[in-house]
Amino acid sequence: MTEALADPLSNPLAARDHARAQGGTVVESMPVLPPVADDLPAGVSPDDHVWEETIAAGGYATRRLTRGSRLRLIDVKGDAAASILIFNADMPTERLNVADTVKVQWNAYLGEGKLLLSDMGRVMMSIVSDDAGTHDTFCGTSNPATNLAKYGEGRNSGAFPSGRDRFLLGAAKHGLGRRDVHPCVTLFKGARIEADGTITPEVGPFAPGRTVILRAEMDVIVVIANVPHVLDPRADYTVTPLRASAWRGPVTGEDDPVRLATPEGLRAFENVEDYFRR
Amino acid sequence: MSTDPHMSGLTGTVLHDVVVPARAPWLHHVKAGQTLRIVDLEGNQAVDFLLYSAADDAERYSAQDTVAAQGNLFLREGTKLLSNEGNALMTIAATSVDYHDTIGGACSCESNTLRYGHHTKSEHACVENFLEANLLEGRGKRDIVSNINFFMNVPVEPDGSLGIVDGISAPGLTVDLRAEMDVIVVVSNCPQVNNPCNGFNPTPVRMIVTA
Repeated sequence: MTEALADPLSNPLAARDHARAQGGTVVESMPVLPPVADDLPAGVSPDDHVWEETIAAGGYATRRLTRGSRLRLIDVKGDAAASILIFNADMPTERLNVADTVKVQWNAYLGEGKLLLSDMGRVMMSIVSDDAGTHDTFCGTSNPATNLAKYGEGRNSGAFPSGRDRFLLGAAKHGLGRRDVHPCVTLFKGARIEADGTITPEVGPFAPGRTVILRAEMDVIVVIANVPHVLDPRADYTVTPLRASAWRGPVTGEDDPVRLATPEGLRAFENVEDYFRR
Repeated sequence: MSTDPHMSGLTGTVLHDVVVPARAPWLHHVKAGQTLRIVDLEGNQAVDFLLYSAADDAERYSAQDTVAAQGNLFLREGTKLLSNEGNALMTIAATSVDYHDTIGGACSCESNTLRYGHHTKSEHACVENFLEANLLEGRGKRDIVSNINFFMNVPVEPDGSLGIVDGISAPGLTVDLRAEMDVIVVVSNCPQVNNPCNGFNPTPVRMIVTA
């Protein structure tokens, strides 16, 4: 504490001095501005690095990413949960459609090569790299009621904020509201389905450092909530920081293996390419 | 005493009783305590179904909250249909089909281009029905979320594949939904003709509201 703060009311500049003295503080979960990282993939120029942020346990972040950008998410300590909403940045009424994502690809388990589809028959993002393999398209995220029941408190302003409330804040910062918070996918936490429909959550904790890389196939807004899986059986609000890095990259080419992998996926790419033929 | 087999087991007064034609939308306000019976008249007809709170339609059916709350993907007798805020909108009071789907979503002109090819773009689809009905009350595309498919069977295989299996419905089978609050029900009587879910043959369904 500075000397001025010992008697703050007598010095009108004490609050300014105290505030300024905090600048440059480094903590575990924060954005890095300008973005810097020593572990960008080979071939990625630091000049193309557009986002570097570690999202707090229980926190959220949102970002607009241009077509071709890569978004790398790292489960830094093994207990992150990246629940994600995706919007078309130019027309946010177009958004991730989880039902179409699982139905069109005839499979509900996400992994490398899978596409995240919009409600307009277009691919929004594709998963170009995944060494986690435990992801969830079924359960969505927590809401204030589920967190109240589980942790005794669910308010956004409390100690145990819910994914839905995190999404509402993130969406609101793009002018979006309650009608825009749609079904999400959650990366790093899984949900296996048994023959009788029973959902078995796979919440770890897992090895630290598991990584997923998504490629933006259109200009998107992503909203990411890093909160415990809604079916996490652990009594405590258990979640660890999630690191997000993004860099500019080339728009997907005609010979891209993810683009060509399935006839349904190829048509999703053709539809998004048609949308950008403007 | 009704001799109509579709009324079997229903009590109270019939407030509403219509046949929704094949491929058509239907919107109806159902008050708390009232029961909506859906009758699959000819069998294996997918009834795509959305729900909103009448008091605040930004509160609406959430497939993800519903399956998470019960720890199971299938909607069965007793399942509470939860909103995005965790409140019960309706309860499946009775069903003569073992379970119903809520992960498959609704067909749309756009998703049909992916599933079947661009030649299907001009075909009628459930999202068109959802929009047509919702637009009457000021709701639009932002209000379309994952829905229920009554009488549909979409199992998930061990590798994550969505099973394509025979329907489990039959002519005259029913599902009864009790409203837990005042709700707006929006139905698309699925026009899908590219999918075995309704035998490539959309058929009418009957909606009966009692109290």
